[in-house]
Amino acid sequence: MAQLTLRNLCKSFGRAEIIHGIDLDIAKGEFVVFVGPSGCGKSTLLRLIAGLEEISSGELLFDGEKVNDLPPKERGIAMVFQSYALYPHMSVFDNMAFGLKLAKSDSGTIRERVEEAARLLELEPLLNRKPRELSGGQRQRVAIGRAIVRNPRVFLFDEPLSNLDAALRGQTRVEIARLHERMPDTTMVYVTHDQIEAMTLADRIVVLRAGRVEQVGAPMELYLKPATRFVAEFIGTPAMNILPAEVTAEGGLRPKGGAALPLRAPAKAEGLGLGVRPEDLHIAEEGEPALYEGRVTLVERLGESQLVHVEIGHEVPLVVKLARTVPARRGETLRVAAPVDAFHLFGADGQALDIRPQ
Amino acid sequence: MKQSTGRTLTISARRRRAAALFLAPMLLVLVLVAGWPLLRTLWFGFTDASLGDLAGARWIGFSNYLEWLSYGEGDGEWVGLLVDGEWWRAVWNTLVFTFITVSVETALGLVVAMVLNVRFPLRGLVRAAVLIPWAIPTVVSAKMWAWMLNDQFGIINDIGLKLGLISSPVAWIASADTAMVAVMLVDIWKSTPFMALLILAGLQMIPEDIYEAAKIDGVNPLVTFWRVTLPLAAPAIMVAVIFRALDALRVFDIIYVLTPNNAETRTMSVFVQENLFQFDQFAYGSAASTLLFLVIAFITLGYIRAARLNLG
Repeated sequence: MAQLTLRNLCKSFGRAEIIHGIDLDIAKGEFVVFVGPSGCGKSTLLRLIAGLEEISSGELLFDGEKVNDLPPKERGIAMVFQSYALYPHMSVFDNMAFGLKLAKSDSGTIRERVEEAARLLELEPLLNRKPRELSGGQRQRVAIGRAIVRNPRVFLFDEPLSNLDAALRGQTRVEIARLHERMPDTTMVYVTHDQIEAMTLADRIVVLRAGRVEQVGAPMELYLKPATRFVAEFIGTPAMNILPAEVTAEGGLRPKGGAALPLRAPAKAEGLGLGVRPEDLHIAEEGEPALYEGRVTLVERLGESQLVHVEIGHEVPLVVKLARTVPARRGETLRVAAPVDAFHLFGADGQALDIRPQ
Repeated sequence: MKQSTGRTLTISARRRRAAALFLAPMLLVLVLVAGWPLLRTLWFGFTDASLGDLAGARWIGFSNYLEWLSYGEGDGEWVGLLVDGEWWRAVWNTLVFTFITVSVETALGLVVAMVLNVRFPLRGLVRAAVLIPWAIPTVVSAKMWAWMLNDQFGIINDIGLKLGLISSPVAWIASADTAMVAVMLVDIWKSTPFMALLILAGLQMIPEDIYEAAKIDGVNPLVTFWRVTLPLAAPAIMVAVIFRALDALRVFDIIYVLTPNNAETRTMSVFVQENLFQFDQFAYGSAASTLLFLVIAFITLGYIRAARLNLG
């Protein structure tokens, strides 16, 4: 229910600056996911929004009102922790009702709100249990329930699925998506290192790297048009192949050791990288010019598809994602090709460059 | 495989055998150093043994505990430990001493532990420094306090007089009104660090994010302490209390050094020691020793039961 504004937000621990001036606007009711590798500052940023860490400099606004110095409870937030952080000595009901009880709500309202949340999360039969009598997934639902009953302006999630096993993670992910549909006015900020969670849940993804925003955009925008080489490699599994590129005599581009592409080289030709996603590569038809021809060193069969590693004379092999029906065996030689519009071009500084046909 | 057929053991049977083998030396030592003396004491309590003639001890039944001493013609009186006012006085002293010192030590220990649980510069040093009273041998610290509490030369009287808190020097240790207080004070000074350390271990088991969840729930620090910290630290506190209570129920050294031969502070252990080795009442002392054992055992069992019920 709140619109968030981050203005040049910084955080230092002692001398170490962790967050370097972040600017971001989050719309009311938006689901924003902070994603990035460990140590990128995504959790710290969330804790700054929650009020669990003090903001070193910059401004944090909720609906235009500066909240830098407000304690967490006055910000109207709720938070779901990675470790659930349930009170182990209280029943599920009391875990959810604790905050309300202390806020001196009348017991009828408390019961109503807790029961409504329990119904939403299918926790009704568990209300009298202690956290230790629940499974991981149930605990996580209690943690979410505790957040719901607070009726928050902003809903914060700190890697809520990290402690769940793979099957439960998928299921809970869907539940969180449904939760957001049911609470369309509640702004949600979600931290994860898992790009699948980011892709599936987010209205917008914020990719963080070493305390700076690398790119902000809708999930498919990040996938199709990564602004930097870092985003290109981070979003999408398996990761995008990045091939060192050379400029041909005709002013075109050629990935090192591969065939020339009908793409115009940029002015600055040093340190270029051509990116192509494994799923955009295919086996060249007869008569189709191949990008690379190389020996298969490894085949990873995923069931619905297979990842074929092709030796192309670089340090890392070229990874090609093929349908499971395509015959591919280790040791045999493959000719691999990709449509020209599947390529991404990155400069020496890691920034994406425009692809221009020759 | 071939050789072992015929005498194959299941894995669990083999584990049991290995466990028994590893435990045997310890059990043997326990029987020798704890079981045997305990049985001997129990036995002497039912005899007329004296310190000079342990070998000649004869069985006299329950006479040390309770006996009708007949003066003839139906006249007489009950004698023995169970009707000995001095013994019950010692039991009462012990219980008072234990209850008050352990309560105060728990409260103070909790405060110290909470302070030491907060991150601040030189915390490691402070944690070590706090332990100093516990590290000093009891006899040494008791003697030290005896001088500090001395009515003529003691620093406590000196400070009290200079600050105008007392008008004339107080014989803290010697006077009947203050002897117990003085003894308890020294015990609290000495044992609070130990209590704090045990409780600190319990506090450190509480995950940080529960406090953060409480912050987000808008729980104020005082309520957080009563509703979150205390219930979660309770198991550790219960264990710490039982450790201290066991020590306090057996208290001897502080009292022996600080206030010898004083009915106000005579505890069960002191009573036993006096009878065994000073009054040449070895059998009587042994009987008291047996009762002391039973009293402590009952209190401990009762406490554990109550604590478990409380903890759910």
